[in-house]
Amino acid sequence: MFGWEFPPHIAGGLGTACEGIVKGLAHNGVETLFVMPSASGDEDQSCTTIINASDVAVSNVSETVDEFLNKVKFINVDSSLVPYVDPDEYFEAIEKMKKESVHETTVGFGQKFKFSGKYGANLLEEVSRYAQVGGTIAMQHAKEFDIIHAHDWLTYLAGIAAKELSGKPLVVHVHATSFDRGSDDMVDSRVYAIEKRGMEAADCVVTVSDLTRNIVINKYGIDPKKIVTVHNAVDFSGRENISIERGVKDKIVTFLGRITFQKGPEYFIEAAAKVLKRTDNVRFVMAGSGDMMNKAIRQVARLGISDRFHFTGFLRGKEVQEMFALSDVYIMPSVSEPFGISPLEAMRSNVPSIISHQSGAAEVLKYALKVDFWDVDALADDIYALLKYPALANFATKEGFDEVNALKWNGATAKLKKVYENVLNQ
Amino acid sequence: MKKSICLYFQVHQPTRLRLYRFFDIGKDSHYYDDFQNRTILRRIANKCYLPMNEMLLEQIKKHDGKLNIAFSISGSAIEQFDRYAPEVLDSFRALAQTGCVEFLCETYNHSLSALGNEEEFVNQVRKHKATIEKYFGVTPKTFRNTELIYSDHIGELVHKLGFRTMLTEGARHIMGWRSPNYVYNNPVKTGLKLLLRNYTLSDDIAFRFSDRGWNQWPLTAEKYHQWLRDAEGELVNLFMDYETFGEHQSADCGIFDFMKALTDQVVADKTLEFVTPSKAVKHKSVGEISVAEPISWADEERDLSAWLGNELQQDAFKKLYSIQEKLDVADDPALWADYGHLQESDHLYYMCTKFFSDGEVHQRFNPYGTPYEAFINYMNVLSDFMIRVDNAVAEK
Repeated sequence: MFGWEFPPHIAGGLGTACEGIVKGLAHNGVETLFVMPSASGDEDQSCTTIINASDVAVSNVSETVDEFLNKVKFINVDSSLVPYVDPDEYFEAIEKMKKESVHETTVGFGQKFKFSGKYGANLLEEVSRYAQVGGTIAMQHAKEFDIIHAHDWLTYLAGIAAKELSGKPLVVHVHATSFDRGSDDMVDSRVYAIEKRGMEAADCVVTVSDLTRNIVINKYGIDPKKIVTVHNAVDFSGRENISIERGVKDKIVTFLGRITFQKGPEYFIEAAAKVLKRTDNVRFVMAGSGDMMNKAIRQVARLGISDRFHFTGFLRGKEVQEMFALSDVYIMPSVSEPFGISPLEAMRSNVPSIISHQSGAAEVLKYALKVDFWDVDALADDIYALLKYPALANFATKEGFDEVNALKWNGATAKLKKVYENVLNQ
Repeated sequence: MKKSICLYFQVHQPTRLRLYRFFDIGKDSHYYDDFQNRTILRRIANKCYLPMNEMLLEQIKKHDGKLNIAFSISGSAIEQFDRYAPEVLDSFRALAQTGCVEFLCETYNHSLSALGNEEEFVNQVRKHKATIEKYFGVTPKTFRNTELIYSDHIGELVHKLGFRTMLTEGARHIMGWRSPNYVYNNPVKTGLKLLLRNYTLSDDIAFRFSDRGWNQWPLTAEKYHQWLRDAEGELVNLFMDYETFGEHQSADCGIFDFMKALTDQVVADKTLEFVTPSKAVKHKSVGEISVAEPISWADEERDLSAWLGNELQQDAFKKLYSIQEKLDVADDPALWADYGHLQESDHLYYMCTKFFSDGEVHQRFNPYGTPYEAFINYMNVLSDFMIRVDNAVAEK
């Protein structure tokens, strides 16, 4: 299994999902070797064996050098590409990268490559190196595995190289696509090309929702027959809901996430203004940061609701739990969301949630209220209802809590195991 | 008749807010960054207020009544002097006792209340007047509104409060062909005389003094003295922030020596004299100045755009003054005090987004990284304050 990150050192949700998957697979009797570019050594290896790609020298198996070169020659080295960050962060990342200068510029055969394993400015170069190392690892461990599983585009090239060199089948797992990161006209063509190549080379494509499955079919032209949806789950083990003293008596409606186009912050603000016309005793909170934050602040001021609409900035660690503990309603009005784990977190914290139909989570959450992201009237309606009709709020809270607790990785990975079996039987 | 030179210096320090997060709302109602306020105030006291007051006191004594100066000290600044640097108040008191220094009246908290709520404007003016009487033993007779903001209507309000002299900006767009170097009057209340800032000569000292890119650099007292002699008209109004001396223009660029030499030369010049604003109006008004839309002394535009130019500022301003009636009902001294501090124009200034032409000046005085941060922080504080006001009203 090729991943990019693994808890405890994670930048996005991908590492958390990978951990859930390997644990769930272990529960279902599937052993995994988890390859990642830069392991720190403190990862939990009770359910998987972690291979640190930074420790592996590129193809020291001399008789296959020619073959290796042949098979991985498609891998070009490029640089300066960033998948999940906005321009500010990109700038910071480059500055940081210059300071750290973690990467060696030339890596030949028999040499090791020190990966940063982050989402930095020389990401595409790392992706290519990762593929070379991935091929090597596949040859070294060829007798130990039956199937190759690659998570998101960062690892697709490694997956392809491993498949080419080992002849084992490849499953690619689509957690997000380029179309969830930028709007249609802002898709990075280099990333798109890697994604498409990975999906085409794969024996089976796993998507985290039917929404994503449709994107894979329509935007990448992949045969629907080889695409299977396995919805994400969430691991709440060891999680205690915290309680926090509330400073304000008013009800609190929360948006928590990156303030970017995909998350639909402006629809939340419009709905807030509509609700505030009808009722007092409610406050709206937008927690997080992102490239649309300043625009959002201006929108709030223009609507004249800034005494009832608050911005917290980026929340870290415990603050996220505190924010949920303070909330009465959670909103995720995403324009495009492959899955969206945050409403599950909210519901687990006893906060009834309203999510957009345009999110993967909407396919599995029966007890979340659902609206189209653009329908601010419906969103305002639902917010008002959850604030004013305790019967509805209590019902959504109680049922929602039970519902998200039932979404376990054990179930999701049982489905994944079937996918593996089908691929191996083909 | 001698040509009059009217020196007026503005003394103000805002009560800067601490980082106040959403999570603090309803839990913690201390809004101010006491450490920062004390640090900044003590720094400026040592660099500017104390040495400049000392120098001016010496000069006044030396020239035996011929050097006259006016100060306007905001209530917010006086509170901070009282708390962090009482020796500054002593030095102003010593200046007051010479009889050569006039203290002007303004809004207590350096607020925009003249635009936000007239009732509050009256409260603030009365409070400031009483404070000046208490601290300096003199009753102010001349009015200057925050940032020299003025319109015909504000002039009327000020006249109604009993003032007959008011200071404002000689903004090009209202002056047209006329010179600021004469006394003018309000068109409605013709008894209200107006002193207009000569922005060119004022800014030569306040902004350009140490600018090596300026074609008149270095500015010597002789040169500037000659400019004053050459100036047309009866009166030159030099209005500037007091922090010009030692803070904006540092001591090592020679600003103190310049002022010392300049005052010596003007006193010695038989064609020039120093006057306070209330003496300056001995010159007859040469006509009415009509100002329909408010003007100020700030930025290129000389309008309100530094405080009320964008939607963030407008919303914060509207929300702030929307609670006036509730405060009247609650009538709690602690609430009035916080309400005053929240009215300081600086909080709105920090939210200003016109970075391009005057950004340099704005950035220098801004404790926030961006106008958006300033807005969020202010609104969080204001939200907590509004909850307290609502609670106090509910208890009544």
